[in-house]
Amino acid sequence: MLKNGPVSLLFHSLVVGFVLAPLVVICLVAFTPENTLSMPKFLTPWNGFSLRWFRAIFEHPDFTASFWNSLLLATLSASIAVALSVPAALAIDRMEFPGRASLNALFLSPLIIPHLVLGVAFLRLFALIGATGSFPWLVASHVIIITPYVLRLVLAALSGFDRSIEAAALTLGAGPGTVFRRVTAPMILPGITGGWLLAFINSFDELTMSIFVTSPQTVTLPVRMYMYATESIDPMMAAVSALMIALTAIAMLVLDRAFGLDKILVGQK
Amino acid sequence: MNRRVTPWPLVGPATLMFFGLVVVPLTLTVILSFHGYNHTTGIENRFTLTHYQAILSDSYFLGIFWRTLRIAALTTVICAAIGVPEAYVLARMRDPWRSVFLLVIIGPLLVSVVVRAFGWSMLLGSTGLVNQAFMAVGLPTTRLLYTETAIVIALVHVMLPFMVIPVWTSLQKLDPAVEAAALTLGASPFTTLRRIVLPQVTMGMLSGSLIVFGLSASAFAIPGLLGGRRLKMAATLVYDEYMHELNWPLGATIAILVLVANLVIMLAYNHAVEARMRRTMG
Repeated sequence: MLKNGPVSLLFHSLVVGFVLAPLVVICLVAFTPENTLSMPKFLTPWNGFSLRWFRAIFEHPDFTASFWNSLLLATLSASIAVALSVPAALAIDRMEFPGRASLNALFLSPLIIPHLVLGVAFLRLFALIGATGSFPWLVASHVIIITPYVLRLVLAALSGFDRSIEAAALTLGAGPGTVFRRVTAPMILPGITGGWLLAFINSFDELTMSIFVTSPQTVTLPVRMYMYATESIDPMMAAVSALMIALTAIAMLVLDRAFGLDKILVGQK
Repeated sequence: MNRRVTPWPLVGPATLMFFGLVVVPLTLTVILSFHGYNHTTGIENRFTLTHYQAILSDSYFLGIFWRTLRIAALTTVICAAIGVPEAYVLARMRDPWRSVFLLVIIGPLLVSVVVRAFGWSMLLGSTGLVNQAFMAVGLPTTRLLYTETAIVIALVHVMLPFMVIPVWTSLQKLDPAVEAAALTLGASPFTTLRRIVLPQVTMGMLSGSLIVFGLSASAFAIPGLLGGRRLKMAATLVYDEYMHELNWPLGATIAILVLVANLVIMLAYNHAVEARMRRTMG
């Protein structure tokens, strides 16, 4: 195999530096003992280390409430998305029926409709039916934007396996239910789990659509952080961000160990 | 296989949900954009084209649309200029480095955009690390935060994985032996790059560019946090119309225009790419 020359490696280091810079700065600033958002001084010694801003988060009930709210929202919507996607994927992959292609396009359409547009569209609908600020409808709106991710992974898992195994089970006398439970489901389980996690993360991080449809009672963590950052900037924002980075890193490692992150994010081969 | 079985018990719930929460709200929003608006009485129940006329003739709105297009195009070009060579460098690495750095490059995709925007606002602020570095080498400090430059830098950071991923995928299909063969047969490294690698990478780069452009043109958090109140892009404009001006019909009109522009550009681009494919194949 060909090797990278020194120029390529220098370029690569610059790109990696660029990618990591904002994340590293957040993690450094989060540990500041100062009152204000003091920048780490370049070329000067460190001016202390403190966990006070992490403690400050827990003294802000609105942040912790938003965190639990986001966690519940992401868990519920990812689970509903899976419950909708698995049967839909089975039908799309296994059956011939009129409108199959258009349905598939409809289910994947939230990927190409800007979240901003979906946000205002949901806001209009919710205002008309009197559901503004309702948590169940917030869950429903999240289900719409994350279902495509699950559907794509489940479809890929379905198309990637040997159909004759199912035929064999049927021939040997298993009913369709048993075939699904004992043969199909275990084989597509990695696709389902990967899809659930990807959906969870996307729901947990979603900002642009949610900012239109959350009410003060249902504010999600990204919306809370966005509002906070547009008004005041203090080291607590860095501490919250550092926690989010840590959580994401853990989720990423789990995903990577279990499925291979490149397979989930890059696509299936 | 199950030709006799009806699909509706399986696809029914999802169809119902997507019809009710994609088709219906979008239709309602299109209708809303034709409603009148009065600052004292609110949304009026009459048909009007005023919002479309206002937006397409007002230099304030046109300026914001123009800025949005310019920033999205610039972000796309820079992402391609960084992402394509980076994907190539990654593809030439060996494991474990290859997997580690692939994770480093595409992993930030999973970190909330708000977090990444906040990180850049600290780097680019007047006392941020970038300005400290400028001072250290004797350059004057520059105002970076709340400029288009800041928006483009942060957008490139957020969009880079969307360029690296498709290019990486198309490079995976390139047998390294072909490259080695070209070199053995006397082609210079430059010729090999141009004649063997580049054609393979082009499709990935084109689809990556489409994603990056579409997402940048409708980006919200980055211009919201790094552009300040005055430097608006399409998405932050819609947000202001909805949340501060409370002029929903006008906001809906802008949102619909963003959607239509997005779809038109996407279809035209796909069409052009397919035509190009056919030319190169045939």
